[in-house]
Amino acid sequence: MNRNIMKLGIVLVVLYVALFAKLNWIQVVDKNSLDSNPLNTAEVRRDFNRPRGTILTADGAVIAQSVANPDTSSEFKRMRVYPEGELFGQTTGYFSFRYGSSGLERQYNDELSGSTFDQQIEGFGDLFVARENVGNVSISLRKDIQETARTQLGNREGSVVALDPRTGAILGSWSWPSYDPNTVSSLDKTIAETSWKMLNAAPGVPMRAHFYQDRYFPGSTFKVVTSGIGLQTGKVTNTEPVYPFTNGYTPEGTNKPIMNFGGETCGGTLPEILRVSCNSSFAQMGAETIGAVDMVAGAGSFGFNATVPIDMPDPVKSVFPTNVGNNQAKLAMSSIGQNDVQATPLEMAMVAGAVANGGVIMKPHFLFEVRNVRGDVVSSYTPSKWLTPMSSSAAATLFDDMVGVAKGGTATGMAIQGCTVGGKTGTAQLGTDPPKSHTWIMGFAGPPGKPPTVAVAVVVLNQSGGSEATGGRIAAPIAKAVLQIALAAQGGC
Amino acid sequence: MLMTVVIVCAAYVLASLGSDSRIPANIIPFLVAVIALFMGAHFAVRKLAPGADPILLPTVTLLNGLGYVVIAGLNEKLAAAQATWTAIGILGFVLTLWWVKRPRDLERYRYTFALVGIGLLLLPLVPGLGYDAGSGSKIWVKLGPINFQPGEIAKVALAIFFAAYLADQRELIATSQWKIGPLRLPHPKYLGPVLIAWGITLLVMFYQKDLGSSLLFFGLFLVMIWVATQRTSFLVIGGGLFTAGAVFAWRTLDHVKVRVDIWLDPWKTPSGNGYQIIQGMFAIAFGGLTGTGLGRGGDTRIPAAENDFIFAVIAEELGLAGGSLIIIAYLLVIGSGLRIAADTDQVFDKLLATGFTLLLGLQAFIIVAGVLRLLPLTGVALPFISYGGSSLVMNYVILALLLRTSDQTSKRAMNRAAAEVAA
Repeated sequence: MNRNIMKLGIVLVVLYVALFAKLNWIQVVDKNSLDSNPLNTAEVRRDFNRPRGTILTADGAVIAQSVANPDTSSEFKRMRVYPEGELFGQTTGYFSFRYGSSGLERQYNDELSGSTFDQQIEGFGDLFVARENVGNVSISLRKDIQETARTQLGNREGSVVALDPRTGAILGSWSWPSYDPNTVSSLDKTIAETSWKMLNAAPGVPMRAHFYQDRYFPGSTFKVVTSGIGLQTGKVTNTEPVYPFTNGYTPEGTNKPIMNFGGETCGGTLPEILRVSCNSSFAQMGAETIGAVDMVAGAGSFGFNATVPIDMPDPVKSVFPTNVGNNQAKLAMSSIGQNDVQATPLEMAMVAGAVANGGVIMKPHFLFEVRNVRGDVVSSYTPSKWLTPMSSSAAATLFDDMVGVAKGGTATGMAIQGCTVGGKTGTAQLGTDPPKSHTWIMGFAGPPGKPPTVAVAVVVLNQSGGSEATGGRIAAPIAKAVLQIALAAQGGC
Repeated sequence: MLMTVVIVCAAYVLASLGSDSRIPANIIPFLVAVIALFMGAHFAVRKLAPGADPILLPTVTLLNGLGYVVIAGLNEKLAAAQATWTAIGILGFVLTLWWVKRPRDLERYRYTFALVGIGLLLLPLVPGLGYDAGSGSKIWVKLGPINFQPGEIAKVALAIFFAAYLADQRELIATSQWKIGPLRLPHPKYLGPVLIAWGITLLVMFYQKDLGSSLLFFGLFLVMIWVATQRTSFLVIGGGLFTAGAVFAWRTLDHVKVRVDIWLDPWKTPSGNGYQIIQGMFAIAFGGLTGTGLGRGGDTRIPAAENDFIFAVIAEELGLAGGSLIIIAYLLVIGSGLRIAADTDQVFDKLLATGFTLLLGLQAFIIVAGVLRLLPLTGVALPFISYGGSSLVMNYVILALLLRTSDQTSKRAMNRAAAEVAA
């Protein structure tokens, strides 16, 4: 019998070793993926009863703060409120007892809760003083720009992104549909659950920050990227090549021509074809003048197919197809922003920013600085370069060409009296009947003779019409108003 | 022993500091109570069973104390009740030690134990008495003002009966032959008890919906008959029967199917059936290597955190370190229990000690494996740790009987040595 008892002992030891192994698996190997599961509220719960800092805009508006819970019988002493509601919803994100956190609440959780290394070190000095070491986070967004964008876009689906091309600071980031984070962050379980369900089922996915988490066909705004690649590789200048005047371009391997809008005839040099947004010429430029290798590499140098180093969670990549080497038709379509090309509104604002900033794309960011409760700066953001898709001379040429588009081309709708404005429209047809399009505009503005101080991209989704003028007509006024209010905040042109 | 008492008290203070940054106001009475209880148990062993195994009681003290501290962090009312149950459990422990001078004395009442065991097991099925406390299992009985889980007592009674029955019949069962072609099986006459045990298991599973207990009963009986007869064919037949029963249950019983489904993929229903196991996994993962600290678990979200899922709370608050400590503690209990079984030369004592050790070791494994998603989750208490009176008191009775067996063995050895010296 003792032999069997020993065997039993061995079996039990083996079973317990399996327990130990599984415990290791959950607590060590799987820890990160479980901790970051969106359904996991462990961190939020830990943070919920602690003090938490405020999020402030550049023009001093409080957009997220912790206040005492009016329900004193609740197990939660504090609640998180968002005084501006939906206006900053997609940027601040929510801080929910039930659903974790998102947006800046998630990105700067350590700073807001006072648990960064620096804040902790500082906290040691306060060991015997009851003082909060939370951080108040100031960001580069402005409330007046947000409000302008909201008014201008109205109830049309779309996004507006404005940034300072010199630093990468994001000045405005409005998308519709948006949502009010007060609902999901409610301590009332029923309110939180109902609104969570409703928002997840709502058309247009209001909780997703569309300006950097959704991508769309960029249409003709992508011609700026194609131009930039042409100029940077030296294959295109303002005088060479001269593209044939035609109403369509037929790539090799197909007999289906890429037509100009409305079958119009256009062609000529870069400034001319950019001004009228000539499909046939840009298709030929990408497919023949530049070629697949440089197009793919060039799109990459502008930030396509790369993860944007923005200080927000889960950014989406903009896409340029890499399988265009043996497919001239696909390459030609891609060169005018059709086919498989997709870009986030943020990406197109950064492309405009590259032209404005001497060919350099700065890392896009929201953070300005973090201060402790006494008002001392704990940390502040230092701008840094992300990509350099163009030399300063290539950028200068493209700058002039885009100014030409705003002066006498498709983007005249965004011209501002007394300022230097450059732009490019886009109308990405969705192939529907009756025709519908994503209408785009992107560009920059600044004082004459000086580097532009604001870059902007606007997309309005699913608009009726399909002509190139559509983009200019619908998106340009929004871009103009946003540029004006942003320039005014900087002291005007 | 003193060490574990110190550890438990320190843990209690830390837990209170962790949850509201105060040294608990009732620390002095708590200290006195803990010391009095566990030291009382300790001195009872020294007096009543001086030759008993020295590891078991301190290990159990640690488990029980840690369980109390964690429950106190979850719910103070439950903690007060648990303290009372601990006191009753230790009283039961001392009484058992005092009452049962030789385990063999129990052997005589085997059929009484069998009847009591089966009766208790079926008691919740009596209309008007049994009820479901909300867990989906009908395992509770309400007798006047007292609510209890008769199954907990039945486990002990049936283990005693099995041990007595097998001690008697093992030679017969072991040598019986039933040849079917090349197969050599035990005689059908002796397969009867296996089938009866199987029947009881199914009954518990079907009518009380208590999967964990049915697994435990059947495992207990099979292993005991295997140890007693040393015939592996029992394991094979029993394993086959259990598999058949399990498959049948999985196919036909909704509550079994649900358990299996959430075991395979809890993420399908994260806020429905899978909620408990997912929240448990989150809590365990959040604990990481060293845990969030006692009293700092966020835990109230896990349903049955103080009971079935208490291991998840411990793993969150004490991390991998604490979780491993618990696992090691149970291995110590198993090791000591099986050594007691191996050391005694009395067949009944041997089988009883094996059965009791298995009862503790297998039960802890079943529930921890369920919480860790190694097995489908079946609700049984984590011995000595989980909140629950019936389970705690009966586990202390088991402990007392194990210690009594161990004391007997060393006494006999000493007598033999003395006899040799005299000779």
